[in-house]
Amino acid sequence: MIVFLVLIVIVLFAVAIWQMSKIYALSKGNSKGEDGEVANGKDNRINSKLMVMFMVFLYFLMFYCFWNYSKFYLPEASSEHGSKYDNLMFISIAVIMIVQVVTQFLLHFFAYKYKGEKGRRALFYADNDKLEFIWTIIPVIVLAGLIIYGLFTWSEIMNFEDNEDAMVVELYAQRFNWKARYAGEDNILGDANVRFIEGLNQLGIDPSDPDGDDDVVTTELHLPVGKQVIFKLRSQDVLHSAYMPHFRAQMNVVPGMITQFSLTPTITTKEIRQTDYMQEKMRTIQEIRTEKSKELVAAGEPALDAYDAFDYYLLCNKICGSSHYNMQMKIIVETQEEYDAWIKEQKTFSESMAQ
Amino acid sequence: MSANATALEHAHDEHDHGHHDHHQTFISKYIFSTDHKMISKQYLITGLIMGIIGIAMSILFRIQLAWPDKSFTLFEIFLGKWAPDGVMDPSIYLSLVTIHGTIMVFFVLTAGLSGTFSNLLIPLQIGARDMASGFLNMVSYWLFFLSSVIMISSLFVEAGPAAAGWTIYPPLSALPNSISASGAGMTLWLVSMAIFIASSLLGSLNYVVTVINLRTKGMSMTRLPLTIWAFFVTAIIGIVSFPVLLSAALLLIMDRSFGTSFFLSDIYIGGEVLHNHGGSPVLFEHLFWFLGHPEVYIVLLPALGISSEVIATNSRKPIFGYRAMIASILAIAFLSTIVWGHHMFVSGMNPFLGSVFTFTTLLIAIPSAVKAFNYITTLWKGNLQFNPAMLFSIGLVSTFITGGLTGIILGDSTLDINVHDTYFVVAHFHLVMGISALYGLFAGVYHWFPKMFQGRMLNKNLGYVHFWVTAIGSYAVFFPMHFIGMAGLPRRYYSNTAFPYFDDLADVNTMITIAAIVTAAVQFVFLYNFISSIFYGKRGTKNPWKSNTLEWTTEHKHIHGNWEGAIPEVYRWSYDYSKLNEDGTDYVIPGQDYIPQNIPLQPGEEEMNH
Repeated sequence: MIVFLVLIVIVLFAVAIWQMSKIYALSKGNSKGEDGEVANGKDNRINSKLMVMFMVFLYFLMFYCFWNYSKFYLPEASSEHGSKYDNLMFISIAVIMIVQVVTQFLLHFFAYKYKGEKGRRALFYADNDKLEFIWTIIPVIVLAGLIIYGLFTWSEIMNFEDNEDAMVVELYAQRFNWKARYAGEDNILGDANVRFIEGLNQLGIDPSDPDGDDDVVTTELHLPVGKQVIFKLRSQDVLHSAYMPHFRAQMNVVPGMITQFSLTPTITTKEIRQTDYMQEKMRTIQEIRTEKSKELVAAGEPALDAYDAFDYYLLCNKICGSSHYNMQMKIIVETQEEYDAWIKEQKTFSESMAQ
Repeated sequence: MSANATALEHAHDEHDHGHHDHHQTFISKYIFSTDHKMISKQYLITGLIMGIIGIAMSILFRIQLAWPDKSFTLFEIFLGKWAPDGVMDPSIYLSLVTIHGTIMVFFVLTAGLSGTFSNLLIPLQIGARDMASGFLNMVSYWLFFLSSVIMISSLFVEAGPAAAGWTIYPPLSALPNSISASGAGMTLWLVSMAIFIASSLLGSLNYVVTVINLRTKGMSMTRLPLTIWAFFVTAIIGIVSFPVLLSAALLLIMDRSFGTSFFLSDIYIGGEVLHNHGGSPVLFEHLFWFLGHPEVYIVLLPALGISSEVIATNSRKPIFGYRAMIASILAIAFLSTIVWGHHMFVSGMNPFLGSVFTFTTLLIAIPSAVKAFNYITTLWKGNLQFNPAMLFSIGLVSTFITGGLTGIILGDSTLDINVHDTYFVVAHFHLVMGISALYGLFAGVYHWFPKMFQGRMLNKNLGYVHFWVTAIGSYAVFFPMHFIGMAGLPRRYYSNTAFPYFDDLADVNTMITIAAIVTAAVQFVFLYNFISSIFYGKRGTKNPWKSNTLEWTTEHKHIHGNWEGAIPEVYRWSYDYSKLNEDGTDYVIPGQDYIPQNIPLQPGEEEMNH
């Protein structure tokens, strides 16, 4: 990383200094007369070479990014639809990178090859219906493929209403934290509205609705692996967005309406911690934090907490106020047994209100 | 025909009138000028000043992102009480992001780009003495100036400038007790934008009327330079979509100040339930993006128009596929008004709507692709003159492709789910509309500087330094940014250190910030060049780039009415570069590889019907 940084700075400086020296040379010499500020043969030669160098830089940058930064891409999706998402993403990136490499080459190569020279005659070439037809129809076909594939995946992800076995969970957003409300044994969430918010009843559950009695409100989101969950999202104040990157899931939370999203977790928290990807990532982050902690301790400040166990998280991804950047909730995916044991320990709404 | 006849008559009137009018006071010449050339300079300079402010803000928040929690004297100097002990406050971070977006999108790239070059080029390139209404044109500029002043003054209010993102989604923007910046700062933002919209509408109506009515004799629509087509269509998009933003702003003002509930419903904040019921923030999102998306093309089309003209001139070749270029502009304009929903795939709107918007959005890739291919083909077998404007135009094509391609990912409702509102989006739109449009602006300034400042030209070598460092720097800023977006890093986060998961992205963020600082620094080279060349720039010939369009037939000295004598007539399209005579032995005009539009067809020459 540092090497790349240094390299970039050096290249930039080199180019800058080189060009500055050119200015000196040129401002003394041939820039007299009326055409002084119009590119001459020498400018064309220099800039056409720079075009090639720039193309090399651009390819190098792309290669470098893919080589070093593609590890940042999220781990294998932890939800059922996520693998389809990743597949579509992979295909799309492949297609656009092919187009990118080819068109950038043509652009810069032509710029180099056809640099202006005295006596060169440009080709008067204003039109070619066949060519234009070809490069209209090719994008049409490729895009049609992508659109169709994308729309099938989209409707699979978004049309989930008919599954009655799915577990219903409400995600409740308030500045700057999240709460989860489980629907309880009846799998029906009690009615709720901000107008019922009072004392302990922070989510505004309607006390007169019997469906709400067995609801369970928690500050962590536990999900049993392999079971479809339908999220009902509700906000009490401003717009938020529930973003669960590892599950390829996101939906805005809108005050005044209930939005929804559904997913089926496929990898438990324990399992994902064991994957090579996560192990490697944890190791890297831990190293960074140890380094930073040393500095902090040297400066007389407390060291950073260790980061030894990955947890899924839910982030707020719609600007919601000054602590927006720190609005999150832990997600734990576990086996059905573990989940059952956990949920049993939680107080139901009626229990907590009775206190 | 009748339009042309009136245009001519009108021109004569103007011309006769022009003779009485030569003694102008300082105020009528430099301040309340109705001359389109002066107004375009006013737009440009105001736009550049706003640009300096906008870019400086981005540097401030980039520093914060690269070195969170660190203390900087720089912050103390610029942010004062918002940076106690030099540590940036989270709410001022949001304000900086918000105002940076607003300034760059509206004040720099809409007014600074379209305002400058529409004003300068429309009358000059179509052969008119001025805009249809010089007075409205002046009003348009001064409204823009007023809105700029109000926007800047909002930086100094007690509770801070607007901080709800440049998209100002309610309820955050509607409720001052959600974030203090949604008080007076937000009010000023809304007032400023309302005035800006009025300014933009007056300008756009003027451009449209001028292009339709005041073309000189022989200047049919299919002989117009592509710049004019782009400005013309941009103005139409503006007229169609800006009023919708105004209505959104008005309804928001009502919600904020008069207790209505257009966008608010069921809200509990600050310990109390608000009375509002039945509104929906999603409605605001629809209204906002009905402008917001066309806005992208309002920003981009003028840049593409400028680059079409610059690339053709400097390639010494006609633009390839003139008619296809016009068709693409029209197709983009039409489609741009029916794709806004792709900003809202996960807003909670019906998924079926998402499918429709995916479809229309990906359609827009087709005319965009045609344009990119046509640019590349225009370079092919050309005789490329690498003037700074040409470099910026080629740079524009490069970033337009790079940024446009990732639009295929974001426009796909499925793929948008996980990259929505992450740095992937930031990288995408900065390349495709931010950097590309800025390159268009620079290309225009380098190319038409002699027309603005009486024949003086910008220093080309400083221009080369400016371009190459900017080109490398902006890719170094925005290309790696895609990858931190792919990692799931949300945008608009004051700091990414609140939890450890993103710690390994910190290095990339530092690198991006360093590249951003270098890129911003090199803009001073441009500023120096710009200011010194206004006073000391070398004067070139009347037509320094050997271009075909009519503006180069005017004299260096600016006169009200543009042409001293009669308005030139037009006999051909504007792209007769390197056209050969019948037997292919030499150019049509021997020894000259261009034929200005006001030169009649030569004996034996055929007009190419493009």
